[in-house]
Amino acid sequence: MLLTTLAPIAIPEEDEALRAEVRAFLEEAMTGRAPDVNARSWMGFDADFSRKLAQRGWLGITLPREYGGAGRSQFARFVLAEELLGAGAPVSAHWIADRQSAPLILRYGTQAQKSRYLPRICAGEAFFCIGMSEPGAGSDLAGIRSRAERTATGWRLNGSKIWTTNAHRSHYMIALVRTSGSAEDRHQGLSQFIIDLSLPGVTIRPISDIAGDAHFSEVFFDDVELADDALIGNEGAGWEQVNTELAFERSGPERLYSSMVLVDCWMQWCREARIDDAATRTALGRILIELGALRAMSLAVAGLLARGENPAVQAALVKDLGTELEQRIPGLIADLIGGRPQAVAPAPLVRTLAYLEQIAPTFSLRGGTREILRGIIARGLGLR
Amino acid sequence: MDDLFSDSAHKLFTQTFNDAVRHAAESGRPDANAWRACEESGFLDALVPEPSGGAGLRLCDVLPVALSAGWHAIPAPIVPTMLARAWLATIDRRAADGSIAIAPFGLERDQDALRIPCVAWGRVADWVLARSEHGWHLLDARLAQRTPWGGHGSLDAGLLWQGTLPGALPACEVEPDTLAAASHAAMMAGAMERVLGQTLEYANQRAQFGRPIGKFQAVQQQLSVMAEHVAAARMAAVLAFQSETALPDPVLAMAGKARAAMAAPLVADIAHAVHGAIGITEEYALQRFTRRLREWRRADGSESYWAERIGAHALSSGATALAYLRTRLYAVAA
Repeated sequence: MLLTTLAPIAIPEEDEALRAEVRAFLEEAMTGRAPDVNARSWMGFDADFSRKLAQRGWLGITLPREYGGAGRSQFARFVLAEELLGAGAPVSAHWIADRQSAPLILRYGTQAQKSRYLPRICAGEAFFCIGMSEPGAGSDLAGIRSRAERTATGWRLNGSKIWTTNAHRSHYMIALVRTSGSAEDRHQGLSQFIIDLSLPGVTIRPISDIAGDAHFSEVFFDDVELADDALIGNEGAGWEQVNTELAFERSGPERLYSSMVLVDCWMQWCREARIDDAATRTALGRILIELGALRAMSLAVAGLLARGENPAVQAALVKDLGTELEQRIPGLIADLIGGRPQAVAPAPLVRTLAYLEQIAPTFSLRGGTREILRGIIARGLGLR
Repeated sequence: MDDLFSDSAHKLFTQTFNDAVRHAAESGRPDANAWRACEESGFLDALVPEPSGGAGLRLCDVLPVALSAGWHAIPAPIVPTMLARAWLATIDRRAADGSIAIAPFGLERDQDALRIPCVAWGRVADWVLARSEHGWHLLDARLAQRTPWGGHGSLDAGLLWQGTLPGALPACEVEPDTLAAASHAAMMAGAMERVLGQTLEYANQRAQFGRPIGKFQAVQQQLSVMAEHVAAARMAAVLAFQSETALPDPVLAMAGKARAAMAAPLVADIAHAVHGAIGITEEYALQRFTRRLREWRRADGSESYWAERIGAHALSSGATALAYLRTRLYAVAA
């Protein structure tokens, strides 16, 4: 059964060598940052930091050199990503572009689109957000109502998107919109557009979130005039394209590492305060053991991607299992800390814990909810 | 090598271990012919160096055999025997032909009696590699009085000898408790794959309300969770066997046992939930595997025991979580 037989894979030496460089960079770039700030991890936005990474050639690392990338392997990206996530580096500004928008443009874009966007993504000058969910359409994207009508000069876009991470601080959105038919046509008649968010008619309203941030937004399109070449890929091929994009979104190591800063912060406190009772050791051991197996599985998925395969089901499996663990970690640590209330945890640790407790529900919502992913896995098991 | 090994193990186990042999083993009567077939196959000495009469293979090479032993729920300690013989070879020792169980806990002695209360595979093993405060000892289980220790059909037994404890074997870097851990990790992974396959087949065939029960979302969601844990346990077991010597890396062995042990009861429970009443019968094959899964999970320490050891190791290492994962919880044999 292919789904359950992922094989461990060695990271090629030249890609493993990248790790030391990245760690050296991070040691310098991350000094003095509080752990609860780092805990934002890939949801922490810092345009300057993204540009510094770009200067090192670490944005779009797998993109071809002709477009400003480094032409490196999926393993290089894995090494880079896990060091960034392990440290809680604020990679949010470029993360979506790097993870999925650029690969999408590379795969489906015209030469002109590739030349226009990819170099700027690699330079940290073009930040992207994902336009999929709408107020009436989350898991069921066939129900989207944003619509682009043909005009003499291109398209006219009306509608709205919601829960759009970083819309208020991105330059572009790649949006799934309906270009023909109606909701009854389900996944037929959908297309993807690259939307310049500075165009007239685009209104963005950040939404305050549970943790005191405003990481996502509502975006409104009122007669937004798009040029002909805003369309990416083929008209009507939006569903197929969005599924490819989602496979990219689901296959990265950030689906395991969202709670890493908390784990490290907690481990450090245990060492400093000499807390090493059986319950602490056992809980830590369990977390590391589960992460270890998941990391190996995530690396195996990277290996399949590197071979040019399309491991959509395997990626869904690793994402669902990974996010379940990510979500469980804050609660486990909370009960260990709370189990000995006489040993008062330091404020930075408590803030880090509280942030993860509050935001953890999002881990199994973004990029496909738990229930949707389990349906994809079930199909892969031959049940649907 | 992988497929060839896998196929020969599969053939050997299919032909050698039928229901009658299984029942006999669970009644404390291991089948000598079945074990002889295993001896003759060469698998048991696969990890023993060639100059000592073995095949000189690496641990990673025999993973398919270990997984297959679990897939067939073999009622004999084939995998512990393979690893124990490799271990004995590293200290220039050899047990006579026969199966070997590994008993890291519980050895007690009086004046002239030796007792180990609960030995996994104790009902059928010929030898026991047991731990005392002095080190490890090879004991002849055929001379012991065996008392069934576990529940229905369990292969665990308490062993009692009259006599004194023989001297300890020379020390070795790798301890046999990690051999037991690695063995059970792989066997659980193989058995879980078997159980997943059975359950999917059942879900696709059994119809209620006009369609196979596998079409219902509630059932599908459970089966997806089951598959996730089977996949993770398998990966952990595979990692436990990533060694270019004949013996496992202890940390990987511990992690493998723990991850497989975490998955085993969950996988068994979902299988039984999907099968309904028929899964609880003796006649239907599911119980053959779920009973073993629960025993192997508890054998020589369940997930908490091994997790605690790894947690202590990680804390004292001073490493970040990522560094520990990368350097101690991962390996790929060349």
